[in-house]
Amino acid sequence: MYEHDVIVVGAGGAGLRAAVAASEAGADTAIVTKLHPVRSHTGAAEGGINAALQEGDDWELHAYDTMKGSDYLGDAPAVETLAQDSPKETMNLEHWGMPFSREEDGTVSQRPFGGLSYPRTTYAGAETGHHLLHTMYEQAVKHGIQVYDEWYVMNLVTSDDTDPNDRECHGVVAYDVQSGQIEGFKANNGVVLATGGPGQAFDHTTNAVSCTGDGHAMAYRAGVPLEDMEFIQFHPTSLPSTGVLISEGVRGEGGILYNNDGERFMFEHGYANNSGELASRDVVARAELDEVDAGRGVEDEYVHLDMRHLGEERILDRLENILHLAEDFEGVDGLVEPMPVKPGQHYAMGGIETDENGQTNINGLYAAGECACVSVHGGNRLGGNALPELIVFGKRAGRHAAGDDLGEPQIRTGYGDDVEDDDTDLPVQPGAAGIETSDGVAADGGVTADADGLLERAVERERTRVDGLMDKDSGVQHAEIRSKLQKAMTDYVNVFRTEEGIKKALKLIRECREEYQDVYVDDPSRTFNTDLQMTYETRNLIDVAETIALGALVRTEFRGAHWRQEHQERKDEEWLKHTLISWDDGEPNIFYRPVILEGQDKTYEPKVRSY
Amino acid sequence: MSTQQQQQEPESQESPKDPEMKGAESPQQRRLKDKESGMVDEHAEKEAEAADETVHLKVFRYDPEVEAKQEPRFDDFHVPFEKGMTVLDAVMYARDEFDSSLTFRHSCRQAVCGSDAFFVNGTQKLGCKTQISELEQPVRIEPLPHQEVVKDLVVDMDHFYDQMHAVEPYFQDEDTPESDELEEQRQTPENREKIKMSSRCIWCAACMSSCNIAAGDNEYLGPAAINKAYKFAMDDRESEDIKAHRLRILEQEHGVWRCQTQFSCTEVCPKDIPLTEHIQELKREAVKKNLKFW
Ligand SMILES: Cc1cc2nc3c(=O)[nH]c(=O)nc-3n(C[C@H](O)[C@H](O)[C@H](O)COP(=O)(O)OP(=O)(O)OC[C@H]3O[C@@H](n4cnc5c(N)ncnc54)[C@H](O)[C@@H]3O)c2cc1C
Ligand code: SF4
Ligand code: FES
Repeated sequence: MYEHDVIVVGAGGAGLRAAVAASEAGADTAIVTKLHPVRSHTGAAEGGINAALQEGDDWELHAYDTMKGSDYLGDAPAVETLAQDSPKETMNLEHWGMPFSREEDGTVSQRPFGGLSYPRTTYAGAETGHHLLHTMYEQAVKHGIQVYDEWYVMNLVTSDDTDPNDRECHGVVAYDVQSGQIEGFKANNGVVLATGGPGQAFDHTTNAVSCTGDGHAMAYRAGVPLEDMEFIQFHPTSLPSTGVLISEGVRGEGGILYNNDGERFMFEHGYANNSGELASRDVVARAELDEVDAGRGVEDEYVHLDMRHLGEERILDRLENILHLAEDFEGVDGLVEPMPVKPGQHYAMGGIETDENGQTNINGLYAAGECACVSVHGGNRLGGNALPELIVFGKRAGRHAAGDDLGEPQIRTGYGDDVEDDDTDLPVQPGAAGIETSDGVAADGGVTADADGLLERAVERERTRVDGLMDKDSGVQHAEIRSKLQKAMTDYVNVFRTEEGIKKALKLIRECREEYQDVYVDDPSRTFNTDLQMTYETRNLIDVAETIALGALVRTEFRGAHWRQEHQERKDEEWLKHTLISWDDGEPNIFYRPVILEGQDKTYEPKVRSY
Repeated sequence: MSTQQQQQEPESQESPKDPEMKGAESPQQRRLKDKESGMVDEHAEKEAEAADETVHLKVFRYDPEVEAKQEPRFDDFHVPFEKGMTVLDAVMYARDEFDSSLTFRHSCRQAVCGSDAFFVNGTQKLGCKTQISELEQPVRIEPLPHQEVVKDLVVDMDHFYDQMHAVEPYFQDEDTPESDELEEQRQTPENREKIKMSSRCIWCAACMSSCNIAAGDNEYLGPAAINKAYKFAMDDRESEDIKAHRLRILEQEHGVWRCQTQFSCTEVCPKDIPLTEHIQELKREAVKKNLKFW
């Protein structure tokens, strides 16, 4: 067994920031991560970090844009914290050596991004995430933080109190991918989940293969509600063949979208008469699909993004990486031809429910980064708002887990007296969240054991599970189930959603769940068994996909990225509330908590979102 | 069903186009229906095409734990070719469809995570960045040379990481701003430009694997670590003292002077970092500094 004060699961921007903060607060901190830190998906972020740095801009404008962008589903205390802390945290990165792009006077450059009233996106070429990730990892090295890399976290270890709000998290169970050894990691102070997004629930995604929602599923099974899972961002400009992202920076710098008739459709067909290409992402994604649907798509599938007019010098200066991506992955030279683009799954606005200190309803369990939902993005995330979330809330989670007092949170978590129960009769019977019984909550039989006992039992259970998976020599393989699941989600829970489609998806997800009962691992080796790892991941994807589809089904309105054919309006009287799905007694339970629109000095009144 | 939705105008009017869906099916739904009803027999077409053209892969296999794989061997896979297919796509297909024990690292599929550097037809390449169509068949895929093989295409990266860490890879100016100060350090665009290429390294280890000197001298810092040090040493934001400290690390016996300018690292770097040039520049800096001292 390994033991530390704070254990951070995941080493992307959020995990590294949490670990550095915890270490600075004096905690013995370790990171457990399935990928070496510099391989984390944060490295793929291109566009930039929003921070109100310049005169003429201020955090209140940033907060206002974010609330508006969220379609009034962001919680004001979280949004204001993001806007207030981001400038300082961004400057911190600069002082840690991050190579931001510069103006002539040596100050950091900023550029316009969709949905922002001021050009406040701070960037490092079109490789902002790469630089952020490496800069953060350098700090972790500097602090001597212990990193268990290529260790896959299989489950959380929590006490077994009946009410999830009374449970405590004592650590995690993980296995060393290189050796297959399964061990317990005891956390004396707290566990911070920073496992990133669940993009692999879809088959056309900008997300890495490692983005399998492991943290989501582990927290869910342990009794933490997942919040606003229906809000999935589809980025308007991904390459059709692979899903590789073409940064919003291209449109920020003046790139133009054309349909097959050569029309600048954002204006010509009235999708966003003011902002055009720089309208918010959900708007542009729908516009593109509408164009394709109207027969004006290229090859009936995508549209064109053109940056040729920006000139070679500017493109090389600010968007060079985009040229490489278009060339390597689509065979297109962005300097002489327009690039093909279509919407692709990109970001999960929802996630593990936390308060503004990163804490969940389970004592000692924190979450930060894309796996968490504080909630700052609400119904739709503005480009450039995820990276500040990593550093702002990663830091807070790390500090709080290390024992620093950050004050009373205003956001409440878990099932409580401020929630509203869902009384819709679910038209489909969703499957149970766990594949086997006695999962998630560490101890069996209602006995609350001490931390060490809980850890031992949890380790034992994972060892038995792995033996079971490996001893079986026939059955279904994870790859088959995974691709069926991804297809179901892409076909039915995509940009456009209908009740009938979502129900079909839920039925298919349930089939995946049943097939999973018969899953087995073909590779007999304990050494670097990716077959085993992907089998674990696939199970997590099933849980996450189900919550996305359930959320999409119950939210009978049109808000942000969540479009419902039968409900073409935003219903503020009924739906200014978060969807929460928790796993209780072996099945998903849905409830709602009102959105907090009161900020420090003002209340954000829902307004029509126009661009 | 169409009339009902039409009468409801969405409150959020950013997209006047949305209500024009006329309650009709979503584009996805329509395409799906077309497919299901066989209107577009895309699938069959694709299969036929694919059957025509397959890619022949010869993939290195080894597993210390599995008897049949203890003796290293090559396995043949015939994977249906698709336009735009990369080496990574091909091995993923082979794994998912033919042999789930086929093992390799990969994650981002877009040349930023650095995990899938392989030895492809005799050269270090990123799998995800290498188009199959550019390669001669059969395509031989092996783990990176000069690194211990853990299993199949997975090599032990510990030594590479150790060398990266040996150059103290973190910024060393200690003037983090006071609580609410927002003043950044200044860096000229020219200085940023100077370190730009060096800052692109994704730690894929292709360069280290291609370097003859590194192969013969286990202690040689190697091109990636030296390049990492270059990034800091050339950044004007660090002080002169720290730069001198960095140069001292680089000048040691197994540092920059080991490089014999064979350019193999520069040739294979998937991020086009001019590694050899950076190493030469550091040699010159070290000489300049020493002249000053003596
Ligand atoms: C292509 C792309 C471009 C983007 N561009 C921008 C942008 O310009 N601006 C912006 O603000 N946002 C951008 N985003 C969004 C943003 O980059 C991500 O939301 C963010 O980087 C996620 O960071 P993270 O730290 O939460 O997770 P990640 O960086 O994904 O890290 C997850 C970590 O968790 C670990 N992990 C996962 N599961 C386990 C497990 N079971 N056991 C152990 N470890 C585990 C992984 O190893 C990894 O270290 C972009 C996203 C994409 C996909
Ligand atoms: S310098 Fe180039 S080849 Fe070497 S590790 Fe970095 S990216 Fe890879
Ligand atoms: S898969 Fe990330 S670099 Fe190739």
